[in-house]
Amino acid sequence: MKVLMTEYLRIDLDKETWECRVCDHEIGPATTNYKEGMLVYDRNPRDVHPPVIDPERYEYTFSPDPEWIRILEYYCPSCGTQVEAEYAIPGHPPLYDMEIDLPALKAQWSKREEVKEPVVGPEVELDRGHHHGHKH
Amino acid sequence: MTASTTETEAQRIAADQALVAKFLKDTTLFLAPDPEIMNEHDLAPRTAEEEDALARFSDPHTISRIRDRVQAGANEGFEMVEQMGAAPGAKWGDLITGIYTASGDLALCSAGGVLIFSALVHHPIKFIIKNWINDPTVGVRDGDGFIHNDSRYGNIHNTDQSMIVPVFWEGKLVCWVASTVHEGENGAIEPGGMPSMAESSFDEGLKMSPFRVVENFEIKKDILTFLQNSVREPKLQYEDMKVKLFACLRIKQRIEEILVSDGPMALTASLRGTLENVRKEVKRRLTEWPDMSVRTYMIQDSTLRENCLIKINLKVTKTGDRLIFDFRGSSPEFTNRANNTVLAGTKGMISQLFLCFIWPDLPRNQACFAPMEVITDPCSTVAASYAAPNSQSLMSIFTVFSASQHALGKFLYSCPEKYTKVIAPWFNMINTFIWGGLSQHGETLGNLCADLNGMGGGARSESDGQHGLSPIFATMSDIGEQELNEEEVPFLQLVSKKLTRDTQAPGKYRGGMGYQMMVATKDSDQWGFMTTTVGAKVPPIQGLFGGYACGTYPLSKVRNVDVYNVMRDNPEQFRHSIEEIMNNQPFPGAKYTTHHMGMGFELSKRGELYMISQGSGAGYGDLLERDPALVISDIEEDLISKPVARRLYKVAFDEDTLAIDVEGTKALRQAEREDRKKRGKPFKEFVKTWSKPLPPANLPFYGCWGDDVSVLYAGGPHDRRDANKPKPIFMRHPKDVKIEQLEAKLLALTGKTY
Repeated sequence: MKVLMTEYLRIDLDKETWECRVCDHEIGPATTNYKEGMLVYDRNPRDVHPPVIDPERYEYTFSPDPEWIRILEYYCPSCGTQVEAEYAIPGHPPLYDMEIDLPALKAQWSKREEVKEPVVGPEVELDRGHHHGHKH
Repeated sequence: MTASTTETEAQRIAADQALVAKFLKDTTLFLAPDPEIMNEHDLAPRTAEEEDALARFSDPHTISRIRDRVQAGANEGFEMVEQMGAAPGAKWGDLITGIYTASGDLALCSAGGVLIFSALVHHPIKFIIKNWINDPTVGVRDGDGFIHNDSRYGNIHNTDQSMIVPVFWEGKLVCWVASTVHEGENGAIEPGGMPSMAESSFDEGLKMSPFRVVENFEIKKDILTFLQNSVREPKLQYEDMKVKLFACLRIKQRIEEILVSDGPMALTASLRGTLENVRKEVKRRLTEWPDMSVRTYMIQDSTLRENCLIKINLKVTKTGDRLIFDFRGSSPEFTNRANNTVLAGTKGMISQLFLCFIWPDLPRNQACFAPMEVITDPCSTVAASYAAPNSQSLMSIFTVFSASQHALGKFLYSCPEKYTKVIAPWFNMINTFIWGGLSQHGETLGNLCADLNGMGGGARSESDGQHGLSPIFATMSDIGEQELNEEEVPFLQLVSKKLTRDTQAPGKYRGGMGYQMMVATKDSDQWGFMTTTVGAKVPPIQGLFGGYACGTYPLSKVRNVDVYNVMRDNPEQFRHSIEEIMNNQPFPGAKYTTHHMGMGFELSKRGELYMISQGSGAGYGDLLERDPALVISDIEEDLISKPVARRLYKVAFDEDTLAIDVEGTKALRQAEREDRKKRGKPFKEFVKTWSKPLPPANLPFYGCWGDDVSVLYAGGPHDRRDANKPKPIFMRHPKDVKIEQLEAKLLALTGKTY
């Protein structure tokens, strides 16, 4: 059985591995940080959040200060999908962001049907307070 | 020794202990905030009355019917305050009303409003119960009303004032009702109630521990006059005390109607039963989440006085039906800065997250967060001490909220049972103008624009976030009518509600965007502004599942200009975006500057421009998966410029017609994926050069570094502290720092010291 853990990652409970949901690439053991099986790139935040006002003339420009913050982009090594974007202080060790209790996950899903498409969750219905067409 | 001697000895010891306890109680010199009350967020133990009531009334229909009537009463009280309240916050939903059990637990609050109060107003009620009910000099009687605003006794910050009213039935206390409003003005060193210049709690204005201001249903004029005399808006103080009192009395009336029709035991059973049922349901829902630990951190990039990197560190662990929020490793508290929060504020904000964004279907009460656990370091900026100022606690509690929202998205994705959609972090800062001074009508005022409520929504798992939708602390609120505001205050918003182009948080689904505001004073020689947010240097949120955070949002000023004269004499010079005004500099002779968003109160001159933007919620998913049609739609709506759209989203389209080149887009995106594979390094190789054992020496960093939460840094690697042995952090006055820098330059240039 496979469990959909994020938009791009799933765990194969039988093989105990992280997998890419886009290309099925086997990323690594589910008992470790999935990031260890990823490619990482140190992205200058100015590439993603361009200055709106002239950085030659102003200190603050709507664009993050690249000396203060970087973006660690994690890519699937097989298909190049960006699985995670971690805003990090320069030099801060990457986070082990999802540390799974695998035996507990297995036990939980042993009582569930496999879910192959993500469950989206309910729509918020707009209640306009007055509905036409019904009898008063 | 015989058994009876032992018993006598034990009785004597017990009597001595009781005497000592009584002595200590009778001779307490100061009833400071009580840690027993302030550190507890779980439900009070079941009382004998509640036990009896639940034994007699177990029918869920009865409990539900009474709950609906209580809910309707709370909603009615909310409407009253919103319609009649004088504070801008009241008019736009920054308030709450609620009904509390006889023990002080919040049983139900109004459906709308600021739900963070749901986890906070029970503290002052419990203080009243513990200290005033049996105190012969105070007491609690029918017809009383108590006021309170000091967050150290339970609140977010002391700009929020509560009115608390006990409800008696046949001489017995059966429950409490309360109304809380963000009043704004409170007599602090800056107008508007949220001073960022406060360097101690004594700079923060009125600090009201709970005390009686109403007797026999009448506000006591002597105390009222003292309170009015302590703030800049005496009429507002009076009006809103009356409004809150009458809202409480209306809710009390609705409760009394229930007492007449169903009796006190049925009411008690409904209130307590609802709380216990919600607590049980919360634990059940938690069992559906995956067992794991999720780690994240958010950055506050300023204390509001100076830029620095303040880390809000979070590890959330879920095991079975337990959920533990571990904030150890977050920055220590700042001894002379106002951005700290008390622990209750941290908890309240997480409670708000559950009630608004995760389980909005649950009854709005304290039980929703009751079973959760929170761990912090002592004297942390997210659990500050009594001495630390906290009037700008929003800086810490909002980043606490975002860290929690970011972490919980990773728990929720795999759950087959969902009550809301998985969502990327909402924008989290109150990018608005706080204002004060003498109005065009000669009134002294101090308050804020309701644009704080216009935060951009986070992207969801299947759709973009919504623009300028609502604040994280009140999903049902309004940004108000600027024209109505302008009748009362001497400034205009010359540009308002115009979305700020190229500031979106990109992703497969982008965050909802923020809008810009340009204000300029008119018709007053004594009027000024302040802004109180972080995030001009480092984004205050994170993206989700490969989506990006928002960018950063500065304050821009144009001085040495009177734009009203410009609009009269040369209207063609005026521009309607920050981008155009700052880049084109259309007003000759004017001075154009940018700043971080912690602007202390500053008097403005007629026609000078102050310009800010609300922020964008975070993006969700890989931006290369964004539907090209949505990218084009954003270009058409002027949310993103063509060059930025092409460069970021890798969409090929016709420059004039915007027709999408499907094959060209596919090729661009595939090329980008290949490029990622070339530029990305394998993790183990990457961390060899990236990860450093200490925080950067050139950055003012506060908090733990990496996973080691036992050591906290206070300003950089040079100041290393044991997390369990807190020490003060005194920040220097930013002007002293600047003078020192300028003196060093002078020394270098002239060889002289001054």
